[in-house]
Amino acid sequence: MIDYIQPDYEVVRNKDLCVKCKVCVRQCANQVHAYDEKRDALYVDNSKCVNCHRCVSLCPAHALKIVKTDHCFKPSANYTEDIIKDIYRQADSGGVLLSSMGTPKSYPVYWDKMLINASQVTNPSIDPLREPMEIKTFLGKKPEALEYLPDGSIKTEKYPNLELKVPIMFSAMSYGSISKNAHLCLARAARELGTFYNTGEGGLHEDLYEYGENTIVQVASGRFGVHPAYLRAGSAIEIKIGQGAKPGIGGHLPGSKIGEDVSRTRMIPMGSDAISPAPHHDIYSIEDLRQLVYSLKEATDYKKPVIVKIAAVHNVAAIASGIARSGADIIAIDGFRGGTGAAPTRIRDNVGIPVELALAAVDTRLREEGIRNNVGIVVGGSVRSSADVVKAVALGADAVYIATPALLALGCHLCRSCHSGRCNWGIATQIPELVNRLNPDIGARRLVNLVTAWAHEIMEMMGGMGINSIEALRGNRLMLRGIGLSQKELDILGIKHAGE
Amino acid sequence: MTHINAENMHFSALTQMVKSADSEVTIDNVLGQRYIAAGVRGKHVVINGIPGNALGAYMDGCAIEVHGNAQDAVGDTMNTGTLVIYGNCGDTAGYGMRGGKIFVKGYAGWRVGIHMKEYGDYIPEIVVGGSAGAYLGEYQAGGRIVILGIGCEDRQCVGDFTATGMHGGKIYLRSRFVPDDLPPQVEVSRVTDKSELAPLVREFCSYFGYDADELLADDYIVLTPAAACIYKRMYTNRPM
Repeated sequence: MIDYIQPDYEVVRNKDLCVKCKVCVRQCANQVHAYDEKRDALYVDNSKCVNCHRCVSLCPAHALKIVKTDHCFKPSANYTEDIIKDIYRQADSGGVLLSSMGTPKSYPVYWDKMLINASQVTNPSIDPLREPMEIKTFLGKKPEALEYLPDGSIKTEKYPNLELKVPIMFSAMSYGSISKNAHLCLARAARELGTFYNTGEGGLHEDLYEYGENTIVQVASGRFGVHPAYLRAGSAIEIKIGQGAKPGIGGHLPGSKIGEDVSRTRMIPMGSDAISPAPHHDIYSIEDLRQLVYSLKEATDYKKPVIVKIAAVHNVAAIASGIARSGADIIAIDGFRGGTGAAPTRIRDNVGIPVELALAAVDTRLREEGIRNNVGIVVGGSVRSSADVVKAVALGADAVYIATPALLALGCHLCRSCHSGRCNWGIATQIPELVNRLNPDIGARRLVNLVTAWAHEIMEMMGGMGINSIEALRGNRLMLRGIGLSQKELDILGIKHAGE
Repeated sequence: MTHINAENMHFSALTQMVKSADSEVTIDNVLGQRYIAAGVRGKHVVINGIPGNALGAYMDGCAIEVHGNAQDAVGDTMNTGTLVIYGNCGDTAGYGMRGGKIFVKGYAGWRVGIHMKEYGDYIPEIVVGGSAGAYLGEYQAGGRIVILGIGCEDRQCVGDFTATGMHGGKIYLRSRFVPDDLPPQVEVSRVTDKSELAPLVREFCSYFGYDADELLADDYIVLTPAAACIYKRMYTNRPM
């Protein structure tokens, strides 16, 4: 059969620099590099290269680089190279196209169309190096008012809340989609940072129960690894309804990724597909959702907040309003630019809405209905920097979920090939020799570095605005101005244009 | 031994009493209270009346008897234990259950045994005396479901779309009728070896007074998936 698809990338070796140490051969799980002993020469198979930079990063002589091929189709702005290649692939296989990580398509990034305020002269800015700056936040239902007993103690019923030292959590990535070492990095970093990581829907590995206080356990339609000890192990329980990268689509971990350890954690046989369809077939209404929320609360004695995670879709404000009335303590909204370990390409690239618009719409709606205090709001789905965090909080979020930046901190190079299961960086793989490449101590340190740096930047930006508490920034949309946005977009975001 | 009169009692009060009760609990006048024994471990609970949804959800080793009908989501995600229902039960009984047993004397609603899965020594089992509704064993990944079809010997004892997405476990039907809309990955065969079936049918009869030998003498068919990975050929990896 003729191969219609030519390689996207070319591995370029500088033969003057190459010392033939063969690190590239040993490091590439995709077998791009090969050494011919007879000819004492190194060869590459460009067709296998996913452009993950493992060989480039580890080459001691800096003899390698990967370039986009300049081999091309006749240029067309309509039938682009990607579209032509996808048609070839599907004509070859008859399969649904599968991709990983967030969409690479050029949709507007509203974070980059909002600018943050700063104080000048009046209401002077605050220097976080010398003055107190509070970025601790509490996630969950808040009482409407406080009542006190005669002895001064609080009479009002207090609801279970998550206490976050930084308004940043690591979002759900299941054991199975990422490696145990990646989970260990996230768990250790969450503990050190005083925040939380999320198990995803793949259960909790027995070695990670010790990090329970900094763990959010997830319950999805497939109920993998869900049992009373698991529910009690974490500090909060998240019901996964949807994921930004694939709204309306469930999870499907192929049997090939269910090895012994994943099998034990998910509590399903080795080699069996792990299917968790998009619908929870016991949830067809907000009342049904309430039933799952309360059955989880009952099973954990009302000690843990329950999060409901949804994808940002067209009617997200109305959906969130329902969730806020379901008894859930926290709503997590995942935008369509969020990552995934595997999703049908067309869904990832075409379904859902940007999280910035979803967040603004939800916060506005809940305020209008007087139920914003019923729930905490967490947003994820492409929060890429501390500036995005500040903008999210100013739009109304209590905290954010990050995943792609966390993986980048662990060495991910966004080659978007997670679904192959051969991640050369030891993150999105279950192959032991690849997993071992990710050192949990180093990985945790890099995550702590990243979030600590962001936290400091958040404090700098808050200080610049003359705000010394993250709670005072939350929903403070006066601190934002739009740039290059239409009136409709400004109205939805609830912000003025720059210069107004 | 704790006796609880649940008349006009809110579910949260009742579930709290069940949790703090000793290991033998009898509840009278139950009328729709949800989440009874949810997440509870190691108790014998006798329920007189009609418990509400999510009875015994996530439960870990309780023995529950219901003298009445049960509603939806009985034994949702249960780990171990036994649920015996001296009546009918609603939809999604045994959703995602991983271990333990559910016995229903009468009929069961839709989506019984959905997402049921087994692991190691955990093999969940559901036996329904009467018929079961549509989507029986949907996405079933393990465990055993037995539909005895008592009283519907002259017709199909399951609803439409049986075993949709099934990729593990077994569904036994005491029936001559093969469901006519089975998905392609599900295989049907006549049961010749009843050694796995017999103890389940006998236990069912021990609760509800049927003649086990008589029931076991009948013809059974069994549904099994041909593959544990049913969707692997569906996708094309795209390196973008």
